[in-house]
Amino acid sequence: MQLLESMRMKLNYRVVIFALAIVFGIFFSAPSLFQMQDGKKVTLGLDLQGGLHMLLGVKTEEAVESRIKSIAASVKHFSERKDILIDTLNFDENGITITLLDKDDVKRIKSFLHEVKGAVVVVVDESISFTLSDEEIQNTQKQAISQAIETIRNRLDQFGLTEPIVARQGEEKILVQLAGIKTMEEEQRARELISRAAKLELMAVDEDRAARVYSMSESEAASYGDVILEDATNPKIKHLVREIPILDGGMLTDAHVGFDENNRPLISFSLNAEGAEIFGDFTGKNVGKHLAVVLDSKVYSAPVINERIGGGSGQISGNYTVMEAKDLAIALRSGSLMAPIYLMEKRSVGPSLGADSIKASMIALVGGFILVIIFMVVYYRMAGIIANIALISNLFIILAIMSLFGATLTLPGMAGIVLTVGMAVDANVIISERIRELLHEGKSINKAIEDGYANAMSAILDANITTLIAAVVLYAYGTGAIKGFAITISIGILASMLTAILGTHGIYQMLSKRIQKSKNNLLWFGIKG
Amino acid sequence: MEFFKYTKALGFMGKSKFTRSLSILLVLGSFAILATKGLNYGVDFAGGTIVQVKYESAAPIDEMREKLKSNTIFDGATITEFGSKEEVVIRMRTTTGDVVVDVGDVARETLGGTGEFEIRRVDIVGPKVGSELKEKGIMSMILAVIGILIYVAFRFEWRFAVASILALVHDVTIALGAIALVGLEVNLDVLAALLTILGYSLNDTIIIFDRIRESVVKRGDSKLSDIIDESITRTLARTTLTSLTTFFVVFTLFMFGGEIIHAFAFTLLVGIVVGTYSSIFVASPTLLLFGFDVKNYHVKLAQKAKREAEKERMRAQYESGVM
Repeated sequence: MQLLESMRMKLNYRVVIFALAIVFGIFFSAPSLFQMQDGKKVTLGLDLQGGLHMLLGVKTEEAVESRIKSIAASVKHFSERKDILIDTLNFDENGITITLLDKDDVKRIKSFLHEVKGAVVVVVDESISFTLSDEEIQNTQKQAISQAIETIRNRLDQFGLTEPIVARQGEEKILVQLAGIKTMEEEQRARELISRAAKLELMAVDEDRAARVYSMSESEAASYGDVILEDATNPKIKHLVREIPILDGGMLTDAHVGFDENNRPLISFSLNAEGAEIFGDFTGKNVGKHLAVVLDSKVYSAPVINERIGGGSGQISGNYTVMEAKDLAIALRSGSLMAPIYLMEKRSVGPSLGADSIKASMIALVGGFILVIIFMVVYYRMAGIIANIALISNLFIILAIMSLFGATLTLPGMAGIVLTVGMAVDANVIISERIRELLHEGKSINKAIEDGYANAMSAILDANITTLIAAVVLYAYGTGAIKGFAITISIGILASMLTAILGTHGIYQMLSKRIQKSKNNLLWFGIKG
Repeated sequence: MEFFKYTKALGFMGKSKFTRSLSILLVLGSFAILATKGLNYGVDFAGGTIVQVKYESAAPIDEMREKLKSNTIFDGATITEFGSKEEVVIRMRTTTGDVVVDVGDVARETLGGTGEFEIRRVDIVGPKVGSELKEKGIMSMILAVIGILIYVAFRFEWRFAVASILALVHDVTIALGAIALVGLEVNLDVLAALLTILGYSLNDTIIIFDRIRESVVKRGDSKLSDIIDESITRTLARTTLTSLTTFFVVFTLFMFGGEIIHAFAFTLLVGIVVGTYSSIFVASPTLLLFGFDVKNYHVKLAQKAKREAEKERMRAQYESGVM
């Protein structure tokens, strides 16, 4: 009973908080340390586990161009349905010019065009020129970026990697992070999937001039409103098709892999109601002619239309493997990219390099740690051991907090932990030196400890806060892996306030009776006297 | 064990003329190196491509060079060993914007037939991203310095803030000079190291300043140089010990941390040495130079302490009154 009483006397709130912090540290760092199945684990950065980091840009000007192209297609379709005779219909990246045969029809086309958002329509006699307002151009460009993010995210979600990250960075950059990529081939496959335009177009073959395609120049084709496209399987084969497509992938609702009678993979797609109607109309009127199935400006097939095709479904056959067909179906399903994307930054780390980096930094961490621990014990004796307890719990707490918040541990982050070890002992060095100083002045042990902590406090706080300021700036302005450095440093500093200041103080208070009784300054603080 | 036992203040400020000349010499020397040799910006800031290749056996560098000549994309590429004979790094200023086939893929293709190898790392930084990173880097340095300046001015006095910033500029300049001297590549990690030096050197300075402030409160009638000497001497044990322990760990990082962390560790090593030196021999003498007025500050601190004591008394009264 008396023993219990004396035990209780020694407990104080500092030591209780410290003990709780240690339990917290061990409990929440255990899943990461022992790679347990359950529990939140610290995420390894791409530089440690291997993976792909990319910053992508969007060629937004091409989104505007393709928007204009699709408006041109709808004008054409509208005029055909309403029996409006078009003399010429041209478009470029700025706008569309239409000349009609009959001036009376101008009004109908004009009102049709006015329904387009942001339309600027100018009519001179029977020619109509159409452009988009500056605001609408900007909207289109913004939309192209959002749409690209959405599309890439959709595609990667179906790719099969765990937790792909797709996010907007700044105004117009797209950040893509893929962890756990094993091989260069897999990485390239992912990049292909991301960047694929996946733009499906059904286009009419220009039957009258198709025979002359091999002797025709691009500009000559353009003068007829045609375009020359390569064949997907054999680039030497050329097709002459009408530049304005019958319909495009925007009307696609589904795409999946199927097999033809020879068991070769093909992609079946379905169109929405509007697409199905246009498709039905076109095939009905053009029986006996060719229809080109064009994907990303390559002709996959150009079969003869045998009859009106209702129902709105079709197939893309090509010479691809099942894997390629699968990726292609994913790309088609998740929608096409309004504008092409390009690479602004790429960081790709192979898993073996990541493993090497972990090994090297662990050696440095453990080595540096042991050196510091030995040094502290040799120099300060018991005070050193108490500081070391704080140091070790500091490591656990850093890891625990990082695991809990799902923070990412990067290579600079590892360096940050190593550095924290060096800096966290600083607080204990300052405190111990203060205590020694007071002991030299002849103060009692109890007084020396209490005043030592009080005297050291302002210096430690100021020093920690200024380092924290630098770390926060680093976090705000740093990119990728450097952010990891700022995180571990910040957590380390905060944790060290708990362990190195509060924790050790509690231990001293708990032991104060024993220290006073022993009167052995050499044992407890490493000094004579 | 005890390295330093305070008996009397050591005459640091008496040597300040010599150390001032040394610091000026080092800073000017660093400027000279930076002006003539310049910093060797890596891909992070200059833009460009890095391809790290590891061979099963020693890398056939000459054969690789020969192969790379076949494609203009590799014009001006350099191949250097990276940590071991098997591992090399190809550096070039060119970048590619194509997502599907980038320089790394081309390199893999081109190097085919030079032996068994594995491409372990491909870093491509487009020119736009590079200059953005550079801007951000400089901004982060400036912001960190401003933040610290405000904090120190608030906690101490403006002369302390200016003195500590001067010491920081001193440290970063010399560290940059050392980086330029050995031709180290400046990438994001070096920037992180420089920012760490800011924090570290400031730690040292503040702990001495804190002592100076404490001494001013205790003995407001002493000469400033005596107060500084005493404060530095009293914190000398701590300064040395912490510098040593930090130096230990960074040194192990430098020795065993692998090639990738090499530049980071080197910058820190230089920074720790210079940062420790500057807090004693740059920051503190600057206070002298600016004519820091001990009496004035003593009165100010005394008033502040009085105000706080008054507040404390009022609070105690209030609390006891409520209870």
